[in-house]
Amino acid sequence: MINKVNKTSGGDTACYILELQKISKSFGLVQANKNIDLQIETGTIHGIIGENGAGKSTLMNILYGLHRADSGEMLIDGSKVKIKSSADALSLGIGMVHQHFMLINRFSVLENVMLGSEGGSLLSTGKITTVNKLKELGQTFDMEVDPYALVSDLNVGMRQRVEILKALKGGAKILILDEPTGVLTPQEATQLFGILDKLRANGVTVLLITHKLAEIMAITDNVSIMRGGKMVGHRKTSDTNPQELAELMVGRKVLLNVEKPKAKPKDVALNVKNLGCFSSRGHKVLDDLTFHVKSGEILGIAGVSGNGQTPLMEILAGMRKPDEGYFEILGEKIDPDTRVSPFTMRENSIGHIPEDRHKHGLILGFEAYENMVLGFHHTEMTGDKKLLNKNHMLKHTSDRMDEYDIRPRNPKLLASSFSGGNQQKIVVARELYKNPKLLIVGEPTRGVDVGAIEFIHKQLIELRDQGCAIILVSVELDEILGLSDRILVMNKGQEVSTVNGDEANPKDLGLMMAGISQGVSN
Amino acid sequence: MIDFLFQTLWALDATLRVATPLMLCAMAGIFSERSGIVDISLEGKLLSGAFVAAAIASLTGSVWLGLMGAICASVLMSLLHGFACITHRGDQVVSGVAINFLASGLTVILGIAIFKRGGQTPTLSSGERFRPIELWFVDAMDNIPIIGVIYRELISGHSLLVYVALLCVPIASFILYKSRFGLRLRAVGESPIAVDSAGVSVTWLRYRALIVGGVFCGIAGAYLSISHGANFVREMSAGKGYIALAAVIFGNWRPVRAFWACLMFGFLDAITSRLQDVDLPLIGEVPAQLMSALPYIMTIILLSGFIGRPSPPSAIGVPYKK
Amino acid sequence: MRPLPRWADLILLPFINLCTAFFVCGIVVYVIGENPWEALKVMLKGAFIYPGSLGYTLYYTTNFIFTGLAVATAFHAKLFNIGGEGQAYVGSLGILLATAMFAPFLPAIFVVILCIICSAAVGAAWAYIPGYLQAKRGSHVVITTIMFNFLASSLMVYLLAGPLIQLGQQSPQSDLIPESAQLASIETFLSLFGINIASSPLNLSFVLAIFALFVFWVLIWKTRLGYEIRAVGKNQDAANYAGINVSRIIIITMTISGAFAGLLAVNEVMGVQHRAILNFTAGYGFTGIAVALMGRNHPVGIFFASLLFGALFQGGAELDFEFQSITRDMVLLIQGMIILFSGALAYMFNPALSKIFNQFNKNGVDND
Repeated sequence: MINKVNKTSGGDTACYILELQKISKSFGLVQANKNIDLQIETGTIHGIIGENGAGKSTLMNILYGLHRADSGEMLIDGSKVKIKSSADALSLGIGMVHQHFMLINRFSVLENVMLGSEGGSLLSTGKITTVNKLKELGQTFDMEVDPYALVSDLNVGMRQRVEILKALKGGAKILILDEPTGVLTPQEATQLFGILDKLRANGVTVLLITHKLAEIMAITDNVSIMRGGKMVGHRKTSDTNPQELAELMVGRKVLLNVEKPKAKPKDVALNVKNLGCFSSRGHKVLDDLTFHVKSGEILGIAGVSGNGQTPLMEILAGMRKPDEGYFEILGEKIDPDTRVSPFTMRENSIGHIPEDRHKHGLILGFEAYENMVLGFHHTEMTGDKKLLNKNHMLKHTSDRMDEYDIRPRNPKLLASSFSGGNQQKIVVARELYKNPKLLIVGEPTRGVDVGAIEFIHKQLIELRDQGCAIILVSVELDEILGLSDRILVMNKGQEVSTVNGDEANPKDLGLMMAGISQGVSN
Repeated sequence: MIDFLFQTLWALDATLRVATPLMLCAMAGIFSERSGIVDISLEGKLLSGAFVAAAIASLTGSVWLGLMGAICASVLMSLLHGFACITHRGDQVVSGVAINFLASGLTVILGIAIFKRGGQTPTLSSGERFRPIELWFVDAMDNIPIIGVIYRELISGHSLLVYVALLCVPIASFILYKSRFGLRLRAVGESPIAVDSAGVSVTWLRYRALIVGGVFCGIAGAYLSISHGANFVREMSAGKGYIALAAVIFGNWRPVRAFWACLMFGFLDAITSRLQDVDLPLIGEVPAQLMSALPYIMTIILLSGFIGRPSPPSAIGVPYKK
Repeated sequence: MRPLPRWADLILLPFINLCTAFFVCGIVVYVIGENPWEALKVMLKGAFIYPGSLGYTLYYTTNFIFTGLAVATAFHAKLFNIGGEGQAYVGSLGILLATAMFAPFLPAIFVVILCIICSAAVGAAWAYIPGYLQAKRGSHVVITTIMFNFLASSLMVYLLAGPLIQLGQQSPQSDLIPESAQLASIETFLSLFGINIASSPLNLSFVLAIFALFVFWVLIWKTRLGYEIRAVGKNQDAANYAGINVSRIIIITMTISGAFAGLLAVNEVMGVQHRAILNFTAGYGFTGIAVALMGRNHPVGIFFASLLFGALFQGGAELDFEFQSITRDMVLLIQGMIILFSGALAYMFNPALSKIFNQFNKNGVDND
């Protein structure tokens, strides 16, 4: 339930600069925001915290006019407003710095800042005023930029500055920052906080959306916590602490009771040594990663999304090359020079349940039986003749549907017509069929209903007990805790720590995931 | 020596005349593609413009009404393209191909229905066309050696629309780089969501880009039938719309570079007929078809990234969904 | 909004799109002063009823099957092959080459088979380069295939007016191909069995076309290669995940596409003209686009769409004959309308149809 803000920091209770009342928004069957209430005091830095998928971004997009709420009211300075587009938001004094920058790389800083507020049909007049304004803002807030630099030449921290300046130039009274430090180095993040401080001193209200507890504690005045599309708490930052916030974020969900017999690990199936890789932009997304997984055990990789888990899984599955280090998988050594493909990985008894089943795991336009052989279409799963054996595939799919209780039991149905849980079951059924010796699993129960979750978890445990080595990547701590025999926490592409499954607890893990602590306390 | 000079002048003169419709269509293509919409239908718009210009000029006797009609027809085609691509987010290439077919069919059908000459429009008299214009000072300049000749043969003596076309290049460049509309247009072709989040309507911007393109193509069409030629003949655009597209790509979607590409293609076309049966040093006799195929070969080479990398607008071809 | 039921998506919607296209064309006919219904009747009679007309219709159908298959193959990998025109054109070179090399030594049956293979091969080669450029260098296949169409045109003009010209002729055309390479017309073929039909250009390549439809069906839906092609067309990321080499598939798909287009030359050169003439592709390549779009890239659809366009072309000739103010260009207009409504605006009626279906389904049970 909602807790009112404990103490107001001066000013009238009735005059919040921004107030949301019972905002709700659904995308199809998914309800992203449920009855959100929020009150923001003028001239504060207000944090909104929650795990990935809690609904924070949706809420902010509603505020900025990129989405329209299904129901609820918004008030600015006490009066009701309707925000139907970004133009409306801008005219109301709301500016936003998005998680994925909305900048034109080919343009200069000046052109980007001018876009939308050029000050006249010819650019020449606006250019001079804008350059001056940029100088002025730069000096006031310690955010100098070269107006003529091309955005593509700027580093990430500078690009973010341009986004902020763009919002401020439009006269924003409320500045929303969506996960601003996700792509910044620690130094750049510190600089950013300095800027936010100055903004607050100048009367700008800041909404800081983040999942990082450290930031909240460092810079905000108040914080609201979201979970599962709902607002679950409001606190004055000085009255709370990271542990309490972590608990609210993660929730006191009942750990799924999976009957988990003790693992009996055998030989090492996967050995990863000093693995490193770079993104296309040149950032290091995996840094000196070393770990191993044995047959008959589940290694859970915990961490907030975007800390290197995706590149790691892609490399292990043969979809991507490592840039540094190497790994040994069931005797095969893969280093930056080896030619890999997911095809050879599958031939070597490696299964891969990808974290994004719509992007990688399934072809939504294909029917269920065609998806059931995806990646295995050169094997006897499609029959042993020259041509595809449709009846064989249909029977195979029917059998799997019975085995995994996939509904509806129609192998000819388009994959897009199945629910999330059943889609995932198709992927699981496919990857597990050949009894892989190593299984790479990402977010196995994302968007999946409770019944299917239980089923999939049981399958994974069974597979483990048959001697499979499993790497499980998940942002759901419950899942990690419930299934893993050992847990490796990742942050910024590196290993923070590895703990035993039965010694770990959510609070410690949360702190490690947030990059606050470096190891298990006590 | 004098003969060589005259030959060159003649060639350059012909170049300008051939390149005029190319220039205009290229500007149109740049506006549309820079806003993110692929425009294969330059050909169809050119053809439609040519037909309407000739038809109206023939029926009313007025070149200006003909020009206006051409522009209207071309803009209408652009709006159709926009309706399919922007409003209905349809496939932009398919829509472009469809429009080209529609133009090919409608121009002849309507032509026969109105004029009953098997698709042609009646030949226009001198007063019903844009005739060559003698610029000022031509006679005075006659006395100056060399420059006088160049002035008379190359620079003066073109139809009004040629000068209009030449003006369109700096105008297009100015709009694109120095105006608010141009900034937003270039932005929407790179990142529609950035434009949307800056509070500007992506849809309206793209429609306007297409309309501007329609105007350019209309002028080009009018040039073909009531300036360069004296009537409309079926399929008279003869692939110029596609060459213009090649010029756009060759010019990396920049007006001035595309202009030079158009001149180059025009030059090749102009000297093709001259070079027939002529022995060039080293190469020997060059088949006329090879010359006429050169623009296409060069575009392919460019597209393969062998001479510089073409860098199209980042968001081109992708319909925008909020 | 629930998606439309399968049958509505595959049959009803295309039918509505087709009717809309015809309706708009009917308006144009009316505007130019003719009766749309009369025009339609004349077209139908001209396509099917008059003696020899069915033969003509099917002769056109043959061409459209080949170019339709070419476009459809590429579409399955989400590639737009507009180059059918050029690929068909250069296919004739394959035939000329094969006849020159083999006709003196081999019996007719082998010559025919080799000609077919060579014509497909040259068409395939003409499409291979754009395919390669797209896969390896990211050059948009639409632009490159258009360019290659023009190149084919220039090349063929040069060859037919130059090195390959029939001696003594003024107009650009090649020599007659040897008799062993000439395909018998259906009329001749049937007369062997005592069946007499009116004369028309319809020839044995029609059989090849039907066979090609069958090959297409087997390839796309029954082979592992076809599976990979469709996977790449629907979701490149998932194809990558599945270990499919996306580059390789793009190149192979374009090559096969060009091969189908090249077979058009078998009909025109071996079956009808018995020589290579200027511009024998006459826009058939572009019609293939309309055929593939209408036929939803499926062999049965392609057959009927080809038949439709065959009827249009043949009926269009009759229209030209009977009506003062209508010429064969009407077919271009109809083609454009069909491409517009079946292609770019294909889903324009989707919201309205969905609403209608949802009304009926209000009391229905959800299938979850």
